[in-house]
Amino acid sequence: MATIQPIAENEQHPDVALVERVRAGDISAYDTLVRKYDRQVFRIAQHITQNREDAEDVVQDAFLKAYQKLDQFQGNSKFYTWLVRIAVNESLMRLRKRRTGKMVSIDEDVETEEGSVPRDLADWAPDPEQNYTQSELADILRKTIQGLPQGFRVVFVLRDVEGLSTEETAETLGLSVPAVKSRLLRARLQLRERLTRYFRRKKGGEK
Amino acid sequence: MTCTEFLAQLDDLIDDAVTAKMRADLQEHLHGCEHCEVTLNTTRKTIEIYRSHEIYELPTGLRDRLHKAIMERCKKGC
Repeated sequence: MATIQPIAENEQHPDVALVERVRAGDISAYDTLVRKYDRQVFRIAQHITQNREDAEDVVQDAFLKAYQKLDQFQGNSKFYTWLVRIAVNESLMRLRKRRTGKMVSIDEDVETEEGSVPRDLADWAPDPEQNYTQSELADILRKTIQGLPQGFRVVFVLRDVEGLSTEETAETLGLSVPAVKSRLLRARLQLRERLTRYFRRKKGGEK
Repeated sequence: MTCTEFLAQLDDLIDDAVTAKMRADLQEHLHGCEHCEVTLNTTRKTIEIYRSHEIYELPTGLRDRLHKAIMERCKKGC
């Protein structure tokens, strides 16, 4: 499995100092870390659980668990990546609870061949999002990404929305780098294909 | 280069992780293939749209409530 590249010497991430302060008993430093990453953790949890209440619980549980386990944080990966891994695991546990113990993993439903080759090759309208209100657009984007298999969705979210590197995504999800790459390509192509239904260029100037 | 070969490099092209030689080959394919050009442009747009639109916002009230609950429990040692 890939490992995250250690942060170069003399290039300490600002979170390292905050983590050190928390370890030394300064709880206000943890307050800063929570404020810094709570939105991201909530988004990731929403994407995985697809349930608002579960996502709220995941935010609490992930930050509490990270606080309890802070001594185990080695500092050879970023605090954020480490926190995301906890949040992903907590989210999968929530899903399991909802499905009354049925195993849930990020490998779910990834055997589909759908979307591995583009079929709908229609071009999009220029600035297609302009044709929708903010709330209509958010609905479209939510509905579209919710239709992706879990194993593709989580890779797309970590890699493309939350900005983790391929290696960090692999490390976080316990996948190989080639597996992340293959899922990312299929996730991107499937989303593109599904969004084409809304964003295609229309004929004759109609909206 | 075939469309399948182009597609295999699509992510690396989008993520700017191709060699100069490969980039030139991909560009050459793009000049003669409208389908791959559309696929590349709309895939780029897909990523950009998801990056720039917040679809699961954490409302301020809820955020403050969660924050308070987390910090209270941390202060008690969880």
